[in-house]
Amino acid sequence: MKRTDFFLKFIALVSMVALFSCKTKNTSSAVSGDAAAKAYVAPGKYDEFYNFVSGGFSGQLSVYGLPSGRLFRVIPVFSVDPEKGWGYSEETKPMLNTSHGFVPWDDLHHVEMSQKKGIQDGKWAFANANNTPRLARIDLKTFKTAEILELPNSAGNHSSPFGTENSEYIVAGTRFSVPGDSDNGDVPINSYKKNFKGHISFVSIAPETGKMKIAFQLRTPGINFDLARAGKGKSHGWFFFSCYNSEQANTLLEVNASQRDKDFIMAVNWKKAEEYIKAGKGRKTPVKYAHNVYDESTQMATSTIEKEVLVLDVAEFKDICYFIPCPKSPHGCDVDPKGEYIVGSGKLAALIPVFSYDKIQKAIADKSYDGEYEGIPVIKYESALYGEVKKPGLGPLHTEFDDNGNAYTSFFVSSEIVKWNIKDLKVLDRVPTYYSVGHLCIPGGNTAKPYGKYLIAYNKITKDRYLPTGPELAQSAQLFDISGEKMQMILDFPTIGEPHYAQASPTELIKNNGQLKIYKIEENNNPYSTKSEASAKVVREGKKVHVYMTSIRSHFAPDNIEGIKLGDEVYFHVTNLEQDWDVPHGFAVKGANNAELLIMPGETSTLKWVPDRTGIFPMYCTDFCSALHQEMQGYVRVSPAGSNAALTFSLNKPVTEAK
Amino acid sequence: MNKLAIFTIMILALVFVQCGGNPETSSSSEESSTSAEATPEPEKSTESYDPKRGEGKFDEANLKLGALDKAMAEKGEAIANTKCISCHKLTGEKLVGPGWKGVTERRTGHWIMNFITNPDPMIEKDPEVQAQLELCLVRMPNQSLTDDDARHLLEFMRKNDNVK
Repeated sequence: MKRTDFFLKFIALVSMVALFSCKTKNTSSAVSGDAAAKAYVAPGKYDEFYNFVSGGFSGQLSVYGLPSGRLFRVIPVFSVDPEKGWGYSEETKPMLNTSHGFVPWDDLHHVEMSQKKGIQDGKWAFANANNTPRLARIDLKTFKTAEILELPNSAGNHSSPFGTENSEYIVAGTRFSVPGDSDNGDVPINSYKKNFKGHISFVSIAPETGKMKIAFQLRTPGINFDLARAGKGKSHGWFFFSCYNSEQANTLLEVNASQRDKDFIMAVNWKKAEEYIKAGKGRKTPVKYAHNVYDESTQMATSTIEKEVLVLDVAEFKDICYFIPCPKSPHGCDVDPKGEYIVGSGKLAALIPVFSYDKIQKAIADKSYDGEYEGIPVIKYESALYGEVKKPGLGPLHTEFDDNGNAYTSFFVSSEIVKWNIKDLKVLDRVPTYYSVGHLCIPGGNTAKPYGKYLIAYNKITKDRYLPTGPELAQSAQLFDISGEKMQMILDFPTIGEPHYAQASPTELIKNNGQLKIYKIEENNNPYSTKSEASAKVVREGKKVHVYMTSIRSHFAPDNIEGIKLGDEVYFHVTNLEQDWDVPHGFAVKGANNAELLIMPGETSTLKWVPDRTGIFPMYCTDFCSALHQEMQGYVRVSPAGSNAALTFSLNKPVTEAK
Repeated sequence: MNKLAIFTIMILALVFVQCGGNPETSSSSEESSTSAEATPEPEKSTESYDPKRGEGKFDEANLKLGALDKAMAEKGEAIANTKCISCHKLTGEKLVGPGWKGVTERRTGHWIMNFITNPDPMIEKDPEVQAQLELCLVRMPNQSLTDDDARHLLEFMRKNDNVK
């Protein structure tokens, strides 16, 4: 009896071990033998695509190569970055100014590459700040954030930054409805239905300079806006926004915003809205928002507080917005390359509805409505529907497209990517992701010209994919080859976190867009620049001391400074005199309460330093610049407040006998 | 006990059959040749390098030097102040790089212009520049000089060497 018991236990154990090893084996055997070769980019070789990946709660934008998955750069956008002095140098501090003051952190979710005729043009990337609502424009010649625009009347800028086919507009839809900035906001939270409103900003983009401006805002019923896509081709002139919480709940949304069988996709005729604005129908509304611009010529950012926006209340204009019922809290709302179909992805749905642009137009013409929601016509589901993808998986989130008429949808709950045909809505292939995919990206997969070839899944759970690093793990992206009929996983690569949406561009498009290698010293118009060692100087203006300093391999001029007194504010304006690619200099001074500087060739950057004690303070170059980099250093002498020490500065001055 | 062992082996064998048998797991990577294209090696042949002329756009044919052009020298001085004087003294004394006094006597004008507009290949090839690098230990940077900039700088160096 005892022996049998042991026997059974033993079998159970063996089976468990076997089961476990089976599972592990299946996970890794999802990778076939030629995967390594497909993702391999030999040393010194370039990748095929740039992948611009949101840095999520880091607030930054990361740049990877595909197919290698190598990280090239983290572009600071909405968060300070001490490594690059972003948000610490005097020149860049204004970039993070808002109507709430200086905000050193945000949550960057989505990326949108600028387009011309529905195709990426390689000029700019746009990104959203989700927490303190803002839009950023990143210049892809310099890989620097060039402009940040705050969005009034908004809270949780999630439905952003999606753009039209010529980047006429980048939109920013509020996730949280809130009372408008000029309304009385001191109201009970449970008066949501009465007092809370949605606002969607249409931000125009100047074609040459990229300069952003809030052209107008649409004021909508109080619901949550989630994601959006512009129409293209025949549907150019329309925008589609996924909406949830049509229940208008203000608490426990997990339950209370999941009551209705269908929420909405909101179709917006933005050309019509433009007409009303031109006709002067926009209501000038007093608000306060920051508009921050980095000027490449002066190498300085300025922050301006704007005071007004034009608002159209869509309930007053019956032909701007239409609601289309969409099952179960729609998330992704994606338009196919030809602009014919709109794919809604209900987070809790077990099917994918595909709407037809032509049918939506016909339904509007025929007034095929199912009543109104808060004064806005609701189109009958069947009248807008092209068809449904049946049993695709659980929890569809996002869809991108290839260049062969196929759609690829990510499924969070069933943790897979499903490939299906746009015309016949048949599922063609499915492949597991590890684990729980959120966004996905195909190069050009949101545009009129998808490049196909690769698909990247940005996963929400990393779990056992990489070496464990304590409670917090690397973020997980996975690369698939989609050039064949079957999708094939070829690479895992960790990312900075958390990656939400990403877009990818062909290498040539970005590499040949006129990449800047140096700032020409002759064109440096920073008012604090120093263009030769002879003009290096130290100037006292009351309690402020300005140090006009140069750096070149491998010394600063001046490198000995005396006569600084306790209570002074010292500004080091460091100009890098180098004129060769890839020769930045750094600058650090002991006890600085902010960060280091990293100064590109030909650039001037300023660090504010308030010494807190008397003594000798070393300064040095933080970026290895030459064999004598370790010699690139100097000293600042700080004397007591009442001292009569003269202000002196020098470089290589012969030693004279001191007392 | 014997029975137990046999039974266990059977179970393991079964497990092995279930788990294994993925025919796609082995395939050699023949496609790897696509990523192994020949990398063009940077030209290293020093045989064709003429240490008297240097490497670049300028030679005896396209650079004729006459009497000093004071206007050009003046422009050259302004450029030198921004781009050169941080590392070079006008005397013969070495700072980061060698002093400029006498440089137009040691070198031809076109050699100087080639070197300051095209330093990296010449640092690789020119035996005297390499010897200089061993002394200074800092590679002369490419300061993005235009052809005109280089010509003006040369004129300023000539002025510094008392050319009339």
